[in-house]
Amino acid sequence: MDLSYFFELFVGGLTRGSIYALIALGYTMVYGIIKLINFAHGEIYMIGAFTALIIASVLSFTGMNPVLIFLIASVLAIFFSAAYGVTMEKIAYTPLRGSQRLSALISAIGMSMFLQNYVLLAQTSDFLPFPELVPDFKFLKPVEHLISSTSFLILITTAIVMVLLTYLIKFTRTGKAMRATSQDAKMAQLLGINISRIITITFIIGSSTAALGGVLISTHIGQLNFYIGFIAGIKAFVAAVLGGIGSIPGAVLGSFVLGWTESFGTGYISSDYEDVFAFLFLIIILIFRPSGILGRPENKKV
Amino acid sequence: MLKIENIQTFYGNIQALQDVSIEINAGEIITLIGANGAGKSTTLMSISGLEPARHGKITFNGKDITHMDPDKIVQLGIIQVPEGRRIFPYLSVSENLDMGAFLRNDKEEIKRDIEYVYSLFPLLKERRNQQGGTLSGGEQQMLAISRAIMAKPKLLLLDEPSLGLAPIIVQQIMAIIKKINKEQKTTIFLVEQNANLALKLADRGYVMETGRITLSDSAKNLRENDDVRKAYLGI
Ligand SMILES: Nc1ncnc2c1ncn2[C@@H]1O[C@H](COP(=O)(O)OP(=O)(O)O)[C@@H](O)[C@H]1O
Ligand SMILES: [Mg+2]
Repeated sequence: MDLSYFFELFVGGLTRGSIYALIALGYTMVYGIIKLINFAHGEIYMIGAFTALIIASVLSFTGMNPVLIFLIASVLAIFFSAAYGVTMEKIAYTPLRGSQRLSALISAIGMSMFLQNYVLLAQTSDFLPFPELVPDFKFLKPVEHLISSTSFLILITTAIVMVLLTYLIKFTRTGKAMRATSQDAKMAQLLGINISRIITITFIIGSSTAALGGVLISTHIGQLNFYIGFIAGIKAFVAAVLGGIGSIPGAVLGSFVLGWTESFGTGYISSDYEDVFAFLFLIIILIFRPSGILGRPENKKV
Repeated sequence: MLKIENIQTFYGNIQALQDVSIEINAGEIITLIGANGAGKSTTLMSISGLEPARHGKITFNGKDITHMDPDKIVQLGIIQVPEGRRIFPYLSVSENLDMGAFLRNDKEEIKRDIEYVYSLFPLLKERRNQQGGTLSGGEQQMLAISRAIMAKPKLLLLDEPSLGLAPIIVQQIMAIIKKINKEQKTTIFLVEQNANLALKLADRGYVMETGRITLSDSAKNLRENDDVRKAYLGI
């Protein structure tokens, strides 16, 4: 067996998995709190990437340092996407809270189509090049055939996000309130937790990490169009379900499992079936573990 | 302290409360008794703002809270321990207590209150790192009351704390309720199906039937009332 090829596929899977994880977090956290699959979530990722592209393109004319441009573009993309996420929640979901789940789901799908078409009209359907802003890291020189600088950036950034998020969810007052709300929203309210605020915070976090994923993948691949949110969104959704929707560690684990499945599947079997592996895997897992790898059975409601 | 005036509460088109009026004075233990489905829990949910009354008025120390948001009501010091205890099953015992103190910022006092509830229920201290969902029914009720104490209630609403518990645990819980009423000067509004128990503990009581208050008197008089004895005390 060719070890170097194996390692390349391993890193490829890890990179994909990281991006899926950054998106899947939003699906799983939103589901945990309001029991809604936010189908427009992939679009937030796409909007994050486009925002970064526009800002980077403008700033490129100023002759600014590319790394600085990248940082500014990323931060602004995150802010902008978070604002989008929160606005979307207020417009499309808040009015439907308390009504049937199906209505909210249809609203989510409508929101997704609206955002896609809005970017399609405002931009173009063609792939647009994303400027090269991330320099080649010198210390990666000896292993550059195994891991690229942008892959490395994706892995490190994702790891940092995961550590910060774990800290937030596990140890801060807001994080505990988020967990409490997802376990029993009514009781949370009886203790003075403002559910609307928790929902807003959840959308801010989910949209931010998705936007970060959008920016990172665009620098990695070097191009984007209005449709990238749809495919990546569905894959990340599969990852979240795979890991157990509602569970944060589950979403991360599901993402890496999916990333590796795709990477090794295309590397060793056939690249024609890239998108099939995700769904095949999903079906197999759900047959044996209906609530996902780390999912909990639906809460018994009193 | 709390004044409920002619409230009517609905679930959709179904009216659950019809002109309910209740008055609770500071320092009292007041009980609301009635059969299953009478509207007791609905009354508490209307006070807490989760099922706001459609008509009528609820005031707390003169302030109209009828349509206030639940978190604002908690902020005023009205804390409910709902039916079924509703412990957060995947939070640890100590995290459940932290959630009771969600709106507080006085770190030192919070620490002292945690020690206080651990002194009331030493068992909870032993299990502080265990998940709430793994506790027994009695332990969960202790945790639910402790969690409410962490919110520093001025008025504590208790919905059937004795439900489904062994008599010895029920005795223990009733003693604690009495104790926090005396020691913490917490006003208590106790909803119970177990009228015997409730009327022993309370100063005054209200009887509810199908969404209406049908009787209200001192606990002593209610214990001696023939209708109450027949209907709720099984004598
Ligand atoms: N969420 C709800 N939706 C519809 N009806 C309800 C709901 N909760 C309670 N009810 C109805 O309201 C009435 C009063 O219920 P409840 O307040 O729970 O009574 P109690 O606590 O005295 O047993 C009952 O007829 C019950 O069926
Ligand atoms: Mg009840």
